Order: sequence, then C-alpha cells, then structure tokens
Amino acid sequence: MQKESAIREPLILGDKTYHQITEDVCAPVEGKANKYWYMAFSVAVIVALWGVGCILYTIGRGIGVWGLNTTVDWAWDITNFVWWVGIGHAGTLISAVLLLFRQKWRMAINRSAEAMTIFAVMMAALFPGIHMGRIWMAYWVFPLPNQFGSLWVNFNSPLLWDVFAISTYFSVSLVFWYIGLIPDFATIRDRAVKPVSKMAYSVLSFGWTGNAKAWIRFEEVSLVLAGLATPLVFSVHSIVSMDFATSVIPGWHTTIFPPYFVAGAIFSGFAMVQTLLLIARKVLSLESYITVKHIEYMNIVIVITGSIVGVAYLSELFISWYSGVEYEGYAFMNRATGPYWWAYASMMTCNVIIPQLFWFKGIRRSLITSFILSIFVNVGMWFERFVIIVTSLHRDFLPSNWGMFHPTFVDVGIFLGTIGIFFVLFLLYSRFFPVLALNELKSILKSSGDNYKKLHHND
Amino acid sequence: MTKAIYALYDDDEVMVNGAKAILAKNVRIKDVYSPFPIHGLENVLGIKWTRLAINAFLYGFTALALALAGMSFFMIQDWPMNIGGKPNFDLYQNLPAFIPITFEFTVLCAAHGMAITYLIRNWTLPGVKARNPHPRTTDDHFAIEIDRTENAGVSDDEIKSILQGTNPVEIFEK
Repeated sequence: MQKESAIREPLILGDKTYHQITEDVCAPVEGKANKYWYMAFSVAVIVALWGVGCILYTIGRGIGVWGLNTTVDWAWDITNFVWWVGIGHAGTLISAVLLLFRQKWRMAINRSAEAMTIFAVMMAALFPGIHMGRIWMAYWVFPLPNQFGSLWVNFNSPLLWDVFAISTYFSVSLVFWYIGLIPDFATIRDRAVKPVSKMAYSVLSFGWTGNAKAWIRFEEVSLVLAGLATPLVFSVHSIVSMDFATSVIPGWHTTIFPPYFVAGAIFSGFAMVQTLLLIARKVLSLESYITVKHIEYMNIVIVITGSIVGVAYLSELFISWYSGVEYEGYAFMNRATGPYWWAYASMMTCNVIIPQLFWFKGIRRSLITSFILSIFVNVGMWFERFVIIVTSLHRDFLPSNWGMFHPTFVDVGIFLGTIGIFFVLFLLYSRFFPVLALNELKSILKSSGDNYKKLHHND
Repeated sequence: MTKAIYALYDDDEVMVNGAKAILAKNVRIKDVYSPFPIHGLENVLGIKWTRLAINAFLYGFTALALALAGMSFFMIQDWPMNIGGKPNFDLYQNLPAFIPITFEFTVLCAAHGMAITYLIRNWTLPGVKARNPHPRTTDDHFAIEIDRTENAGVSDDEIKSILQGTNPVEIFEK
C-alpha cells in the first residue's frame, strides 16, 4: 500500500468510500436535472441556434456576408479558430502530460477537461470549414486522387499540416477520452434501473468486464496513448502557429511563434477548464473531489504559462526593434499605438498583468477571484489572436490599401453561436456522462483520500 | 452444474491477500474482477504483461514509412511542384517540410491501431454483452473466480472452505 506524505493536501475530502465515490459521480446522471441546468441549457440552445442560422446564411450567401475586405482577409474566423484550438489544449495536457508526470490531481479534472478539448476542437474545425466558402468541397483538403488528373494537395504547406494536425489531435483525444470512459459507463450500466438507460449504457460501455487482464491492458493503453498524445499537444499549436510564421507578413514572420503559441494555448485552455469546473463542482456537488487544492494547482499552471506568454510578447517587441527591419518595427508600433491600441491594451492587461495576481496565495485559493481571473484570461487570449491576425494585416506595405476590419452581425453571430454550441455539448455531457474518472479516483482513494490519510498517520 | 465459484470482497487489500492464500493452497484462480486497476495483482496471479505497446510501435513504424513513401511519390515523382522555391528534387532535400505530417500520421496510426487492438483483445466492442459476475464489481466490490474444470482435483466443499477463510462478503456460483 502506497502512503503519501502527511503535509501533502488530500485530493479527496470527507469520509469517502469506493461506493460513495460511485454514488457522488453517478448522482447527476441518475437524478433529475435542476432548474438551473434547464435555464442554462435553454440559453445555450438559443445562442447555438442563432449561430447555426448565421453559419447557414454564410454557406448560402458566401463569405461576403462577413466583414472581410481585400486588406483584412483573415479576421474573426481565424481568430476564433485559433482561440478554440488553444482552449482545446488543456484537456490532453492534463490527461496525457500530467499522467506521464504521475500527477494524481489530474484525476478529478481530466474527464471534463478532455470533454472540453473535444468540443473546443469541434468548434475550431468549423471555422476553416466554413471559411472555404464551398464547404461541400471540404474533402479536397485530403490527399485524394481526383477527376482532374493526379493533382495532389501541397504537402509543403502549413495549411495542410494543420489539416493533419487538427484531425489527428481531435481523433486521438476522442479515443483517449472514450477508452477512459468505457469502465465508467460500465459502472452506470450495472447500477441502471430503467431499461432504456440500462440498454444505452450497455451499448456505450462496450461490454466492459473489468477482469485483471483487461485492467492491465487499460493501464498500458492509457500510458502509451499519453506518451503519443504528449508530443501531439505541443505539435498541434506549433503547426497552427506556422500558418502564420512561415508567411512573410511583418508581425507573423517570427520564429518565436511555436513555443509562444503552445504556452498561450495551455494558458487559455487551463483558464477555460477553470471557468467550467468552478461552475460544475458547485452545480454537480463535487466539492469533495475538485477541491481548492485542485483549483490552486490549475492557477499555478495559469500564472506560469501566463508569464511565458508575457515574456514572449516582450521578446517579440524587442526583436522587432532589434532586427532593424522597419516593416517589422512598424507592425509592432502600430499594434501598440495604432487604431487597434485598445485590442493590444486589453491583451496585455488580461494576459500579462492580471494573471500575475495569482502569485498571492489568497487570490489563487479563492474561488471567486479564480473565476473572475479565468474569464479575463479567456477574453485576453481572444484579443491576442485578434491582435496578431488583424493588426498585422490591416496596414500592409501599400498605404493605399490600409483599412480597418468591421465585423458584421454574421461574424458576431457565428462566434457567439460556437460558444452556444460548445455549452450545449458540455451541458449534455454533464448530464449523461460520468464527469469524473471513477476508476482512477478509486485507485487513489487509499493514498490521497482525507479519511485514509488521517488513518495512516494515526497508526 | 455451474461452471465457476466466486468469492466477493469489499476491499482490494483483503481480496489480494485472499488471492495469495488461495494460490498457496494450490487452487487455481481463473480471473479477478475489480472496479479499478490494482497494482501488483498481475504478479500475484502470474499474468504476463500485455504486448500492446509493441503493437503501437509497429503501427507507428508502418505509418512513418507510409507517410514518407506517400509524400515522396505525390510531391517528388508524380507531380513535382515548385512552391516558393522549396527544393523538391529528392526526398532528402524536401524532408524538413515533410516532418510535421510524417509525425502526425505516425501518431494517428499508432494511437488508433493500438486502440482498436485493445478493444478487440478485451472484446469490448459495441453490442457486446458484459461478462462480469456481479454488478457491484464495477462499483466497490472485487470478485475472485475459481473455475471448476481448472481445479478438478479439489472438491467444491474444499474450495468453498478455502474461500471462506479469506473473509469474503459473499460466495456464490454462476
């Protein structure tokens, strides 16, 4: 039996047993949703429908209904794409990287973080799809021989790398998530009383049995998938950043982009996990599992990655001057002092200055400040992508081309709509899926549970 | 006559100690069902470690070769394109631009190949019926399965009395 140091805070609070963990996690699935869930779900559905309407309008009329112009030909769509992909980074980081580092605290949050990843990457993948204009031709991004002769997609292009990166990331995250879910679906299946739910969870649990050999394979698969997903986490946002970095646009053509984007992605992903879990732990009564210590750990990741992002901003600024390239220098001066200064200022405030408050223990252990600060980070990271994309484009080499970007109601509608769709999916997930990794939590109960820790240290 | 005798426990440590005691009496254990992985159980039961990781490597290696072969065919032999002056005369020169997709495709095939192999080996697939002996083995109970055919020399009463000595909450046949 593994014992843990007494000064390490317990990860499962209260007097829990294996059965109590099952009861607590299955309660939202087996019980009825309260009125807050229905209220939140209704709002999310309405916003999602509005978004779907705007998407259909775009597909019907073409992307001319967006605010794009010949100067700013990438704007909200790509901003939203990068923002959502970034958010999608925390889930796999938590489940894969923290698994390799044997961080037990990940077990209370990995399931929801992975769900968030999958939904966020779905939202992200939507944007390049609709940006093509003719979405029914979207399969052209895959290397399929076509009727025009042997014309292949361009394997030298970062945009194609992105297709491979996003589809690999999405499908591997989905498989990783589902393999972890199978034993937990089996738990719900074996407890189900109603025939419909019994049948549904029987299908979902794939006939999981839980014998010794199956668990050995389960552990091996989790470990190897974690090992494969770890470089994937870092590669996906590196490749997204290369969409910009391999171009010759001042403000985009920067070698610092891959590590800077990865840090930013983890930063924004953790902020979104924080936002969602602070609500979920309250609504689903999971305070004993997602403890203040878990919140603090995530805030520590936020302050560290936020500081890396801050250093990246400053290096970028310094290099634009130090390079001696006047176009590069202008692009950055224009960001900070040009007509989009307010976007740059929001980005700096939300991403660099405000997260530094997490150095104070009181702030990073407080639920209210954690929630408020996580919202700031979410907003700031959206502005970061907006600043990178729009301010680098809106004043290009020819001053006669200079312009501004004005989003139309369709741009706004699609962006808000993806937030709506995301919340619809997440709310459905929280009602029908086990939101904590039951089997993993049970395996740490005796080493990290409050009651067992007290018992061991009174021996 | 039923095929197997089960002992149900409500604690993993009691179950592992029970398994050791049963094996010490030369009774063979067919399987153990538990709600979560128990570390060290494979040593007690003498189960060999899975070879799934080797599978993953083989899938990944195949994908790596396939990706490189595919891209050198598409971009260098079948339809060479001069894109931004990037060298496209041979694979070696064009390799840096091929690394991201080679990597992604390797991970894609290794992960999915391994996951599919895992599901088939466990026989956990959509529509398969569960085979755990007791519904609480996915909640908080642990079951040891003793197969009668594997223990032909030992009588039922003997097996049951050995099981009874290991503090189970229940002994049942199925």
